[in-house]
Amino acid sequence: MGGFPILSLMLLVPLVGAIACLFLDARPARTVALVATLIDFVLGVVLWANYDIGGAQWQFTERTEIFAGFSYALGIDGIALMLIMLSVFLMPICIGAGWTSINKRVGEYMAAFLLMEMLMIGVFAAQDLFLFYIFFEAGLIPMYLIIGIWGGDNRIYASYKFFLYTLLGSVLMLIAMLWMVNETGTTDIPTLMVTDFAPAAQTWLWLAFFASFAVKMPMWPVHTWLPDAHVQAPTAGSVILAGVLLKMGGYGFIRFSLPMFPEASAQFAWLIYALSMVAVVVTSLIALVQNDMKKLIAYSSVAHMAIVTVGVFAFNTQGLEGSMIMMLSHGLVSGALFLAVGVIYDRLHTREIDRYGGLSINMPHYALFFLLFTMASIGLPGTSGFVAEFLSLAGIYQVSTWVALICTTGIILGAAYMLYLYRRVAFGEQKHADAAAMGDLTLREYLMMIPLALAVLWMGIYPESFLAPMRADIQALDARIARAAPESDSKPTPGKPQAAVHTVSEVGHGATPAAPEGVH
Amino acid sequence: MHPILIIVFLPLLAAIAAGLGNKQLGATTAKILTTGALFVSCVLSWPIFLGFVAGGAEASVVPVLKWVESGAMTFDWALRVDSLTAVMLVVITTVSALVHLYSWGYMDEDPDQPRFFAYLSLFTFAMLMLVTADNLVQMFFGWEGVGLASYLLIGFWFRKPSACAAAIKAFVVNRVGDLGFMLGIFGTFLVFGTTSIPEILAAAPGMAGSTIGFLGYRFDTMTVLCILLFIGAMGKSAQLGLHTWLPDAMEGPTPVSALIHAATMVTAGVFMVCRLSPMFEASPSAMAFVAVIGGATCFFAATIGCTQWDIKRVIAYSTCSQLGYMFFAAGVGAYGAAMFHLFTHAFFKALLFLGAGSVIHAMHHEQDMRYYGALRKEIPITFWTMTAGTLAITGVGIAGFVGFAGFYSKDAILEAAFGAGTQVGQFAFWMGILAALMTSFYSWRLVFLTFFGKPRWAASEHIQHALHDEHGHDAHDTHGHGHEAENAPAQEDAGHDAAHSAHAADAHEGTGGYHPHESPLVMLIPLLVLSLGAVFAGFVFQHAFVSEGTGEFWQGALVFHEHLIHAMHEVPTWVKWSPFTVMAIGFVTAWYGYIRNTEFPAAVARQLGPVYTFVFRKWMFDELYHYVFVVPAFWLGRVFWKRGDEGTINRFGPDGAAWVVARGATYAQKVQSGYLYSYALVMLLGLVAAVSWVIK
Repeated sequence: MGGFPILSLMLLVPLVGAIACLFLDARPARTVALVATLIDFVLGVVLWANYDIGGAQWQFTERTEIFAGFSYALGIDGIALMLIMLSVFLMPICIGAGWTSINKRVGEYMAAFLLMEMLMIGVFAAQDLFLFYIFFEAGLIPMYLIIGIWGGDNRIYASYKFFLYTLLGSVLMLIAMLWMVNETGTTDIPTLMVTDFAPAAQTWLWLAFFASFAVKMPMWPVHTWLPDAHVQAPTAGSVILAGVLLKMGGYGFIRFSLPMFPEASAQFAWLIYALSMVAVVVTSLIALVQNDMKKLIAYSSVAHMAIVTVGVFAFNTQGLEGSMIMMLSHGLVSGALFLAVGVIYDRLHTREIDRYGGLSINMPHYALFFLLFTMASIGLPGTSGFVAEFLSLAGIYQVSTWVALICTTGIILGAAYMLYLYRRVAFGEQKHADAAAMGDLTLREYLMMIPLALAVLWMGIYPESFLAPMRADIQALDARIARAAPESDSKPTPGKPQAAVHTVSEVGHGATPAAPEGVH
Repeated sequence: MHPILIIVFLPLLAAIAAGLGNKQLGATTAKILTTGALFVSCVLSWPIFLGFVAGGAEASVVPVLKWVESGAMTFDWALRVDSLTAVMLVVITTVSALVHLYSWGYMDEDPDQPRFFAYLSLFTFAMLMLVTADNLVQMFFGWEGVGLASYLLIGFWFRKPSACAAAIKAFVVNRVGDLGFMLGIFGTFLVFGTTSIPEILAAAPGMAGSTIGFLGYRFDTMTVLCILLFIGAMGKSAQLGLHTWLPDAMEGPTPVSALIHAATMVTAGVFMVCRLSPMFEASPSAMAFVAVIGGATCFFAATIGCTQWDIKRVIAYSTCSQLGYMFFAAGVGAYGAAMFHLFTHAFFKALLFLGAGSVIHAMHHEQDMRYYGALRKEIPITFWTMTAGTLAITGVGIAGFVGFAGFYSKDAILEAAFGAGTQVGQFAFWMGILAALMTSFYSWRLVFLTFFGKPRWAASEHIQHALHDEHGHDAHDTHGHGHEAENAPAQEDAGHDAAHSAHAADAHEGTGGYHPHESPLVMLIPLLVLSLGAVFAGFVFQHAFVSEGTGEFWQGALVFHEHLIHAMHEVPTWVKWSPFTVMAIGFVTAWYGYIRNTEFPAAVARQLGPVYTFVFRKWMFDELYHYVFVVPAFWLGRVFWKRGDEGTINRFGPDGAAWVVARGATYAQKVQSGYLYSYALVMLLGLVAAVSWVIK
């Protein structure tokens, strides 16, 4: 691509679109928003196509000094590339999701989404600490507005809760960032990623960053903003919230916490494990008893994000790659599930599960998509969710069998609450005449569902496309944190081949009773 | 292009075409596509199998696509063909093709046929992926894939609440097993650094005697890995403890029960243990575990089979019990015998299920055997084929001479268990003998209740329905089947009272004027073909599976103990004759109780009282699990939600903070009084404080 500032262009397109939307009527605003997001998607594809796998760690870099060491610096590695792809892929779908259901202040709505897109790309592309911070925090504003203006009945409470939670963590992160810049004299993220801070300082810095990322993730027990935010947000707001905003926490752990504070990360790994184990079990059980579809999926998100955190803090390649795939997969799958809820919400204007039932009869194609995304959510092999879960859990098993066991119960609980949801929505008799009268997917809805379905299957059957760009970066990260990696609790001893031959032949002869050995 | 690619992927393509085409494509096209694909797969599979039987065929692996590469963990899509796979290939494709054909007749009235056939073909694809897996992860793909297909097919009549519940139960209980399987794969990767099956099996013997940390304790490495993997097998193959989903799975259409819940999917666990046999050989404890679970299951399931009234449930428990035989065979090291029984069982059990389907079809979807009777004249072909299946499952044959399919495989298993000479082997042998007695009893009970005696049809709601509403066929799928047998422990009495009152009034009234019809040809052909399997599969293939020199057939695809074969031949004569003896006792008991003196079973049930109730209620597993797992899960969910999230985190977190801010604002408001003197006072105090800080 030479020196062409493609990343800046990707920021500029939605920004220009956003400003234009502010001054436009509903119909042209929709068109402008769709065109802008599609252009950004095409630019994203160009970005991916030109990304040199195995080339420099940071590609498409741009840098303009502004003042006092603060610079406008952009650049991506494979990890950022994948998350940017996720954002630009989901955005046109989000615009489509609000195409007919949003009729109030359409221009402002579209502007908020376009601004959101710009900020999300900015977060993943920023190479300057403060530039990152600005994008990271500014992302709150459009989301706050989306929930607060176009949300449901209780939108004010939800938006305030969302803002309060996320801002609180951010303040601590800002203080930590100021300290780091003061200490090292640079705001350059790649430089900071290879800086070794004193272990004592790492502890405090890690905790400060943790406060922010844990809320964004969200980790138990600072997750309670998520169900409310999801429930109140309009469909597209939920899609982008689950799809991309939650990924900023995981991205933060991978980009900041691990490489900058490896010792502190190892020191607090137990905390992450503990919170994640609680999250998997507790939020899955809570999801089981929900009557609100969006709340159920929101709680399931918390459980899935817990798999991400254990994967990240497994300190090995499988864990890291698994958690990255989990973020991408969850972005697609939970986005798709919220979209699926939106499709029937648009028809019946209720999220209450009991108001539906038997949708397989009158909406068979919808039921098929819903089934696919349900299966992806519970990690059926062949879908993206499996690769994600399998690698993350394989990663954590190498550190702690206990954590792996508890987190793997998520596959049972996940199956229980998702299939229970699916049964109540799609199976059974048609209990309500209005639900039975709903029509199947429209062309617009097909156009949103099909790309998601294909992406979910692609990532499940041939995840190499997504793993390859990240491989070198994950390896580099793994190498950097290897020195602090926690010890495995398995520690298998070598076998005694002599004994082996002996035992096998004895069983073969059937001469001796099978002696119990080693099992207590 | 290797034929295995066509065998495996043609059913997938057919499933996609039929599933997505659905209504646009039409039922006939969908049926032709899927059934045609399966027959092609079947025709291509037999030469592969016969190639291995004849000797000379080589194991091969056909790579398909890269799957995952993550650090040291790599696994690809690939199709492995060796003798073990070949056995499964013919079983799967043959039974599947016949079940597809059979479903043309059985599902003829169903409005959703394309969906049904698409699911069947999808299942076949997943099952084929399972048995051709070259690494543990692809095996897991097939494993969960068949689980999905099973879920969809059990819930095929999704309007029925019982079918939905059974579908979820099947999936979730299987997931409990899959938890073990997944942890087993993780552990195997940790120990061997690979998920490739050949590499693991090559390295496994060298790991005997190694120890590993697991959940804070140290265990024998291979024992931990094998037991974790075996927990997966227990889920899929419905072994004791994780079996509860299988009887409920009978909610699915009967062809599904024949294909998935008898012949193929439920045997995946046995296949897995055989495939990984070198791993299990490295851990005598794990093998003992397998044998004990298998022995216990074959006994326990058989006891329940003796008491059930629903024809499909009897066969379901019978399947559960027969799977127990296969597992204890594997557990004593007789993997060849386990695979042999898997092979013969696939034919005769599919036959029994399809026969039951034919009876149900004839009896207008009545599944309760108390409302059958005297059907042998009405549906003679079904009667004769089911009799062949019953002769096969009860193991009729003369030792050393000739017999039906089950005779060869079941006797081989029992002799191997005895010949193993271990305590575990002894346990398994006696469990197996007792189960064989009960197998004979409940199998003949089924035949006598269904085909002999006087007609007891008139009391059946389904028959009444048929008589009063000849055109009510289209609504049949919404009927609750088998509910009568659900919650009434005193069924023996009730059933016979009903039956007696029926023929006390008038022997001719027992029919209620209903005329059962023999099933159409598309349903009878599969029955006849499978009957051939039930009669000859044992005799023809015994040399390939269980005899000296069988090692040549297996070519190392599973561990084969030549010694065990010798031990089998050297068991005492009474051991050789005991299966035949108990089979005869079971037959005579069934004949006495259900033909000669029909008061007898009810009297026995009364005598046994609570014991009978306990067995009739399936050893109370469903009740136990309901109160130990299901109820607490929902209760905990509500507590964590209402008391945890809302009552604690929100209350002291954001809502609490908001409360503090609001209260704070109220106080601040009071300070903002507007009086100049109060502001002046505050200013003065501030000034004093600041000055004192500076001059300190």
